[in-house]
Amino acid sequence: MNNNINVAIIGGGPAGLAAACTLYEQGICDVHIFEREHVLGGVLFQCIHNGFGIHHFKEELTGPEYAERYIQKVNKTDTFVHTDTAVIDLYRENEALTLVLLGSKEGLQVFTARAVILAMGCRERNRGNINIPGSRPAGIMTAGFAQRMVNLEGYLPGKEIIILGSGDIGLIMARRLSLEGVNVQGVVEIQPFPGGLTRNIVQCLNDFHIPLYLSHTISNIFGKQRIDSVEITAIDNQLEPDTKNRFTLPCDTLLLSVGLVPENELSVKAGVILDEATRGPVVDANCMTTVPGIFACGNVLHVHDIVDYVSEEAARAARTAAQFVNKSLTDKDGIRMLAGNLVRYMLPTKVYTGKPTIVSLRPITPVEDIVLYAKRNGEIVYKKKYQKILPSSMIQFELPALSGIEPVEVFFAGEET
Amino acid sequence: MTDTIICTVCPLGCSLIVEHKNKTIQSISGNRCKRGIAYGEQEILDPKRVVTTTVKIDGGIIPMLSVKTSAPVERGKMTEIVRSASQMRLHAPVEIGTVIEKNICSSGADLIATRNVAKISDSAC
Amino acid sequence: MKHFDVIIIGAGVTGAAIARQLSRYSIKTAIIEKETDVSFGTSKANSGIIHAGFHSPPGMLKTELCIKGNRSFDILKEELGFSFERRGELVVAFNDEELQILKNLYAQGIKNRVHYLELIGTARLREMEPNLSEDIIGALYAPTAGIVEPYEYCFSLIENARQNGVAMFVNEKVAVIAKQLFGNFVIETDSGLKVSARFIVNAAGLHADEIASLAGITSFAITPRKGEEYLLDRRVGNLVTRIIFPVPTKDSKGMLVIPTVEGTVMVGPTAENINEKDNFSTTREGLRCVFENAKKMIPGIRLHDVITSFSGLRPVATGDDFIIGTTSVQGFINAAGIQSPGLTASPAIAQHVEDILVKEGLSLKVKSSWNPKRTPFIKLRHSIATRDYAGYIKNTAGNPGYNKLVCRCENITEAEVTEAVSRGHTTLDGIKFATRAGMGRCQGSFCTYRVLKLLEQQTGIPIEKITKKGGGSEIIKFPMGKGAPHE
Repeated sequence: MNNNINVAIIGGGPAGLAAACTLYEQGICDVHIFEREHVLGGVLFQCIHNGFGIHHFKEELTGPEYAERYIQKVNKTDTFVHTDTAVIDLYRENEALTLVLLGSKEGLQVFTARAVILAMGCRERNRGNINIPGSRPAGIMTAGFAQRMVNLEGYLPGKEIIILGSGDIGLIMARRLSLEGVNVQGVVEIQPFPGGLTRNIVQCLNDFHIPLYLSHTISNIFGKQRIDSVEITAIDNQLEPDTKNRFTLPCDTLLLSVGLVPENELSVKAGVILDEATRGPVVDANCMTTVPGIFACGNVLHVHDIVDYVSEEAARAARTAAQFVNKSLTDKDGIRMLAGNLVRYMLPTKVYTGKPTIVSLRPITPVEDIVLYAKRNGEIVYKKKYQKILPSSMIQFELPALSGIEPVEVFFAGEET
Repeated sequence: MTDTIICTVCPLGCSLIVEHKNKTIQSISGNRCKRGIAYGEQEILDPKRVVTTTVKIDGGIIPMLSVKTSAPVERGKMTEIVRSASQMRLHAPVEIGTVIEKNICSSGADLIATRNVAKISDSAC
Repeated sequence: MKHFDVIIIGAGVTGAAIARQLSRYSIKTAIIEKETDVSFGTSKANSGIIHAGFHSPPGMLKTELCIKGNRSFDILKEELGFSFERRGELVVAFNDEELQILKNLYAQGIKNRVHYLELIGTARLREMEPNLSEDIIGALYAPTAGIVEPYEYCFSLIENARQNGVAMFVNEKVAVIAKQLFGNFVIETDSGLKVSARFIVNAAGLHADEIASLAGITSFAITPRKGEEYLLDRRVGNLVTRIIFPVPTKDSKGMLVIPTVEGTVMVGPTAENINEKDNFSTTREGLRCVFENAKKMIPGIRLHDVITSFSGLRPVATGDDFIIGTTSVQGFINAAGIQSPGLTASPAIAQHVEDILVKEGLSLKVKSSWNPKRTPFIKLRHSIATRDYAGYIKNTAGNPGYNKLVCRCENITEAEVTEAVSRGHTTLDGIKFATRAGMGRCQGSFCTYRVLKLLEQQTGIPIEKITKKGGGSEIIKFPMGKGAPHE
């Protein structure tokens, strides 16, 4: 087999699948998807709840249904699919992008590719990342691990559950476990506002009368072998614990839904520079990373809240990757994009002359009645009013085509008069 | 009586104050758009949800098949449907869209498969 | 009832080193451990430093054994195939007063016969460790210090001991020690196991005082001194190449920054005397304290690089020195109070205990079948680190398990997990410490299920009965449909 391929897509989840479809539509051949699981689809198969695809397919699908639609589409293309195959190394050697694969069928193989699309998704933050003090018993797990055990493997983690963090996976699991008869004691959130979508607060917590403790955190874990209780403490405005305001709840399981981090171990090996705020690669308007020929899309780039946007971003990355392979990607000297007031992160960091660009960003905190501006040399190049902005809702807008090289600042502010 | 509910039509999450008596809505306020009115009415008078759960499946590449109700069902029936699904046992292969049980728990909706589960031998490598 | 010449109580690093030392002779040796796996008490939470030997004064037993032990590690590494690197240690001073302490340590080190010790100035220090604080004005440098993974060292000792015929009992807590008329001990565990032995070596760590008192010896007490440690991501692994110490205090060597052989960085430990021997919790204050100290030495250390934390309990004995030797009960030998530098000293402790046993009348003859070599694991991550992929393909040919990835952070394969199971590790933590599966930045959220499945396949224990670290620490409560809340 020829090991010099055209495009390598790392990861067969929603981003990788959409990228493969677009590359096919663009007439690119010799495209390979490398997926470490036994089937394509990524995390979607364990997200059995509905609410996917409203934006993209204009109907409400479950995670598995969304995955199946894209898998069917990919199956109709000539993409080479390598399942049970992990990419264990990625580096540039004499200008060639080299991938080292570990496949249960083929063993260890070394491939080179003209372009690589990073589509590895993200992973969950865990107890170590947030430094919860206390003992170290069994029964503490991430919400996503519990989701996999329940929905794909058919095991229930425990009978009495507390969830730390009000991210969507935690909320979804609160409902899933309640429906299975598990007692969900409560969801504890350090911020004064929920981390997940409003709809999930209503349908996953309120429907089941599960208390949500905002501005609270878990300050201690008890139990020698299996966790038996947690101490919950109120948090003041400076995110410091208010030691007079604490209580203990019994539980046999603690689920952590405390955020997601793009999974960029491979990207770093290849020399890709990461953004401090997104923890994903720094990319330009072409979704190209700082290493020529390596593109990134989906949750490996920044964590999305809606899969539809992942698919769209992957399609954009694949279109420019196709141009790169065809040697028609000639952009030079971009316009720098600067994140301003109330913007937690924004990408891309660079746009190109004469091309409109989709910009993605998240606000730092919830604010009502505010305006999003893109300004350049004191001139407004884009403006949109928002009744409410939330850190849990990503904002995307199309920045119009610009000329010149002066940077653009994107920020939130009150209405200018 | 008065209920305060959060509208889920869009991410804004308006707090709707719904006054109602004997299954009739008297007033809805707090909404920022018209869709909030319809949502408030539905949610107070006849709340419905799509139920998603899993069913055990033998001989497949995975041991659980994800399923959903083909339409939103009465909110109060959710647990009964999940319980009923947990008693079922299927055999691979199953195709996406297959009706697992018609009119599950007399909810008016069918329980349908939301993914393909191939036989383990079909995909053996 | 099975009879042994020597029974060692406790399979921490001390007991493991003694077991391996005795495994070369044609005697019957057994080791009894109350936990599910080797090193699960104090040893697994050790900082992994092979100390140079200048921290304690001449004349103490621990000083002598530390110096001797340090010199044994090159041969041990060669024979047992665990990772060991002589990285060197630096004690750094921030002011003149501390500089004076360094001079005293230097003098003490010279008296202790620590080789290659030197006092160095800032220029040389910056060159060696560019990430150290600008405020440091000098350092004591001991190039002979090294690092190991304490559990890997411990496992390799035990594996080699077992390979050479030492019997191993785990999950057996000693409850009764009785002496028979003709001089043999009878040991009974709380699960009902009964074994007899001519000699007992008490290497029970934190519980050595309780074991001694079972035999009627009440001459010492063990108090736990807790140490919290924080492990940082590999991303910051290049912050330091050597072990960085502050100047020591009366109670401890201070809070250090320790590079690990696996490319991560550890900061800690705290030192807090506590009352309970089973309090392994970490605290908010401990975290704050460790980070303040570490940041003082290396300003580039950041809290968000922490991937996990843990704490261990040092067994501090009355008198502060090791308690190794015969007791008022003939045949009962203590190897107790082994706190720092116990890991470093362990090979010398083993030799010392052997000498005592001989003096007490045990005759030792080397077995012709004794094999000092342990087969190390074939590690995918080592091939990735060197990019020696052709070598990996050659070494793993014929075993498809080496082509299946189980742990994505540490690149652990199915074959490595299978190998660990076959070497006696049957809990999730056992597999984790034997292979590193679950030890990386995702802390097991990807690999836990895969490891559970492999454990189920290979041990026949159903997933819901597999534990993290022994009885009562099941990972997952029940399969749906069996004892689940619905039924």
